[in-house]
Amino acid sequence: MQIVLFHLMPYAELDLEAGRKNGTVWVKLPNRHFDPQKGHQLYNRYLDELEYGETLGFDAISVNEHHQTAYGLMPSPIVTASALARRTSRVKIAILGSALPLRSHPLTIAEEHAMIDVISGGRLVSGFVRGIGAEYHTFGVNPTISHDRFHEAHDLIVRAWTEPGPFAFQGKHYNVNYVNLWPRPFQKPHPPIWIPSQGSRETIDWASHPDRRYTYLQTFSPSKVVERYLKMYRDRCNEYGYAAKDSQLGWAVPVYVGETDEKARAEAKPHFEAFRNVFVRMPLEMLLPPGYTSRESYKNVMKAKAQMFGDIHIDQAIDLGLFVCGSAATVRGAFERYWNDMRFGNLLVMCQFGTLPGELTRRNMERFAQDVMPSLKKLGSEQML
Amino acid sequence: MTFKQTFIEVDGCKVNLRRGGSGEPLLFLHGASGAPAIMPFMEKLAARFDVLVPEHPGYGLSDEPQWLDNIHDEAYFYLDFLRALDLRNVTLVGNSMGGWIAMEMAVRDTSRLKSLVLVSPAGVAAPGVQPADIFLMSPEEVVQNLFVDQRLAQARLAEPVTPEAVDIGLKNRHTTARLAWEPRLHDPFLPKWLHRIDVPVKILWGREDRILPAKIADELKRLMPKAQVHVLENVGHLPHAEKPDLFCDIVCK
Repeated sequence: MQIVLFHLMPYAELDLEAGRKNGTVWVKLPNRHFDPQKGHQLYNRYLDELEYGETLGFDAISVNEHHQTAYGLMPSPIVTASALARRTSRVKIAILGSALPLRSHPLTIAEEHAMIDVISGGRLVSGFVRGIGAEYHTFGVNPTISHDRFHEAHDLIVRAWTEPGPFAFQGKHYNVNYVNLWPRPFQKPHPPIWIPSQGSRETIDWASHPDRRYTYLQTFSPSKVVERYLKMYRDRCNEYGYAAKDSQLGWAVPVYVGETDEKARAEAKPHFEAFRNVFVRMPLEMLLPPGYTSRESYKNVMKAKAQMFGDIHIDQAIDLGLFVCGSAATVRGAFERYWNDMRFGNLLVMCQFGTLPGELTRRNMERFAQDVMPSLKKLGSEQML
Repeated sequence: MTFKQTFIEVDGCKVNLRRGGSGEPLLFLHGASGAPAIMPFMEKLAARFDVLVPEHPGYGLSDEPQWLDNIHDEAYFYLDFLRALDLRNVTLVGNSMGGWIAMEMAVRDTSRLKSLVLVSPAGVAAPGVQPADIFLMSPEEVVQNLFVDQRLAQARLAEPVTPEAVDIGLKNRHTTARLAWEPRLHDPFLPKWLHRIDVPVKILWGREDRILPAKIADELKRLMPKAQVHVLENVGHLPHAEKPDLFCDIVCK
């Protein structure tokens, strides 16, 4: 199994009470709550944490994109991935992902990812996402054409990476007379493409298609939901006439390893609950603007509204498998069980969440890397031989 | 007055059409929440007009055609609709999204129109005036913001919610987003052609409109100086629903 250290870079200095009062930290939380001095400290701390991931032996370190929110301070993952490309030398750098439909010109993404791939000597993993619903409110991009724009932007980017230029691209949303990328990507035929998702049949059908076989990552979901969607991916591959490799499946989950189960829970509790109950929270209309999901999925979310939009206690989160937390032995055991059930070849662990301070984050990373990761890395290796 | 409900097909799109009354034709174009039922103002107008109330492509029980990308498509559809039904001397009444469609039709072709009645229309932005963000409101908040008289809002919210009504609500919201998400509820290229409208125009607005502020009426008056403007006191976004008598008097005058 390949282990990825994932970071959201939240604004951990947030006045949580202000976040709660506002109902959400997305879209309309006034930006006077962002202090650039504290932001300076946080960015540098977080970049140090990701760089430390290389020292600790993670296979990849990972950044992502979110806009106008305290949930994550990376409106451009290109900026953070670029900084990491120059400060690391062996570890893979995963952008999970760039929000294709939010860009007015997808060639800028093709170019920037190619630059990072070339600068890092082929260490880039490219992730593509649509951006979350709230970002259609902040950016004004029409959510009803989000799938369309995503697919067309993807086609343009992959063709730009792989076909000899110059060539012309004609689409409904993007038209370019001369696609002629300088630089071309370092990796052949192009950087691996991963698709992070909260789970949708449409995304799974598309990512698993034999022309693509993109690695599908289920993000921040209860373990039962992760299991369901990873199974859906494998089933879809079988219907397409091939067997999915474990490396095509991944799970992204917050993790905390403490000295004992009790200490782990006590240390993680306020920071995890801030993450889940303040940073993640938003109203349904913000989360799912019209057309962002199918209307059937929307109705399913309406039914599950109470569970999805209410506060969750750390113990419930652990029971649901939304959060993996405990002593090294507990965490190792949990992931071994989950792996036995799901056989995901990629595990993305978020070792900083919500307001978790630097010192606890580093201890968490160290315990995970030293006492959990080595045995997890071996999982599936017999199969690979 | 009884209205007949039929489906008619124009441009490959079946639309649900309610039609009642007699006289010159009056085409009512509904707003973002659709036209799920016959309302008192429609009955009143039917005493004087042949009233046609279609549900737009993408709304209610009408089809969601592949070709529906933007508001211009709705306008061309309704120009074809007028031709298909051979309607002439049409009094074209549009509220909100429907008022926007009416203006987009009229800048293209007024040959079948007698007059235009724009009822708190979307379509034109006024400098410094921000419409409410209907897409961040819950369905309940939308209804509350439609009316000044909250008894009307409560009555509407008290109506039983059938699964069909939920589906139609989501469908209407989807189509409104498709047509009006960005630029939000207007077409920046519409104002420069409004001078082409060569039939009489009435503009009605509720002073307390909490969806599209009544100040937009000033901008429309600036763009269409000959238009008659009626700003109604103690009325919200739906003057035809909130003050049906006053509304019908102004339409018929």
